[in-house]
Amino acid sequence: MLPTRTVNVQPPPEVRRRTTLQMISWALILLVIGLSFQGTEVNLKTLYDGLGNSWRYIFGDPTRPQSGFFPPDFGKGGVYLEQMLLTVKMAVLGTVGAIILALPLGFLAARNTAPNAFVYQITRRLLDVLRGLNEFVLALIFVAAVGLGPFPGILALVFHTAGILGKLFAEGIEDIDEGQVEAVKATGARPLQVLGRGVWPQITAHVLSMSMYRFESNVRAATVLGLVGAGGIGFYITEAIRGFDTRAACAILIIILATVFLLDFLSAKLRERLT
Amino acid sequence: MIDIKHLHVNYRGKPALQDVTVHLGSGFTAIIGPSGAGKSTLMRSINGLVPITDGDVLLEGHSIGKPGSAALRAQQRHMGMVFQQFNLVRRLSALDNVLLGCLGRQPQLLGALGLAPKADRAFAMHLLDRVGLAEHAWKRADQLSGGQQQRVGIARALAQQPRVILADEPISALDPKSSEQVMHILRSIHEDDGLTVIANLHFLDTVRQYATRVVALKAGQLVFDTTPDALTRELTRELYDHDPPAVQGAEPPVSVNQLASA
Ligand SMILES: Nc1ncnc2c1ncn2[C@@H]1O[C@H](COP(=O)(O)OP(=O)(O)OP(=O)(O)O)[C@@H](O)[C@H]1O
Ligand SMILES: [Mg+2]
Repeated sequence: MLPTRTVNVQPPPEVRRRTTLQMISWALILLVIGLSFQGTEVNLKTLYDGLGNSWRYIFGDPTRPQSGFFPPDFGKGGVYLEQMLLTVKMAVLGTVGAIILALPLGFLAARNTAPNAFVYQITRRLLDVLRGLNEFVLALIFVAAVGLGPFPGILALVFHTAGILGKLFAEGIEDIDEGQVEAVKATGARPLQVLGRGVWPQITAHVLSMSMYRFESNVRAATVLGLVGAGGIGFYITEAIRGFDTRAACAILIIILATVFLLDFLSAKLRERLT
Repeated sequence: MIDIKHLHVNYRGKPALQDVTVHLGSGFTAIIGPSGAGKSTLMRSINGLVPITDGDVLLEGHSIGKPGSAALRAQQRHMGMVFQQFNLVRRLSALDNVLLGCLGRQPQLLGALGLAPKADRAFAMHLLDRVGLAEHAWKRADQLSGGQQQRVGIARALAQQPRVILADEPISALDPKSSEQVMHILRSIHEDDGLTVIANLHFLDTVRQYATRVVALKAGQLVFDTTPDALTRELTRELYDHDPPAVQGAEPPVSVNQLASA
């Protein structure tokens, strides 16, 4: 016969503490969501009433000829395609520039490769700032600095993306297997050699994959940079919409969507092969 | 060759090695001792991977350099290290891993870019052939079996053209057949190439079969230094204790009733 025993079913205090903390967190989250309704004029009725207007705006008002988005007007399709290509070029250069900046920053912002805690902290904060400054805000600054055109747009992408990639690279570097690095060190290799042969091979796939991923979002970001005069197809959308040339706007949007879908697809395929 | 004098190594104030004095000359020296005895620490302090707290490690009369110093790197080139978990750079080919051993002799930048001179490539290939892996040279390290990886690890150590091979539990992660291959290569390195081999080993049978000398550590101290033939039952019993705990550091079992009343 099995011996009868009293079994303790009370969770230990640290588990109970964790549960309490979880409940407090959930309460806080709900509170934040609730407070967010204040002052933001969210109203389902307004949305409902607006549906009719949106419908007429997009599909045309029967009382006004030439209104609505359809059929799209590809009359200036050549110009739009050219501008789309320019937009993609901005994303390419913006991403490449960002990678060049982010690589050294990533090493300085990773605990295991930073020369010391001070450099680590400074670099991390710098990356926070770069990441915190939205592409749009940066584009406005750079337009003021270097004038209108794609160049300030590229600069905006470079700095904002450097902040993001720097952090992502640093996280990849922190995840590497130190044993492999130590083995290279133990051969008497010099610091650059340890970095090049012990660390780099471990992070290449991560670096390429993250860079492709950021390229995808930079194409999307670049399509709207033109709204603030920082080059690319965005300028043509604003112009078309402001001039009530909504069918041309529709053509532009179709070109943008097709390009973004295509590039996302290609880039995702590429990233798949990297891992 | 390697003179260890009153060596103390602490980890955050906690001693891992205490007053170890030993001379390691030519031959095949096995270092044995229970888990946590300080075997790995001894090995790692010899090639400068852990800083020395007190005492000295001398290589051919010269103190081991400070971590990060050029002097240490020059000394490390004479010591090939073989790891329990192989520590190959997994995304590099077997050949590229062996070439890592040549980095110390290459210009810093070329080495960092992985541009090895022809002569180094030929040498690395020759070493892969020696450990029986020439046909796997272009395979990525993570596609090799454990035993193959460890043999690449040995080839990498040999690529340094070292005088000493330090092997920290080289066969603990391997099956018996691979273990035997690895031990045979280590023996040949000592017998045919005349290199000093120092290996942490777990099984006394392996020690008796391959080593020419046995150094025993326990709780950070040297307890005996003898030949494999002299490894008597009494000696090993005292070294490993009579009934080692099933789980390291586990407290004596607590009854369920005690928990409930707490
Ligand atoms: N990096 C470290 N930080 C703190 N303590 C450590 C570190 N490495 C080892 N120790 C401690 O130092 C002591 C000796 O460890 P060491 O790894 O040298 O033992 P070992 O004889 O190699 O054991 P094993 O047979 O388990 O590999 C142990 O008490 C261990 O917990
Ligand atoms: Mg060990």
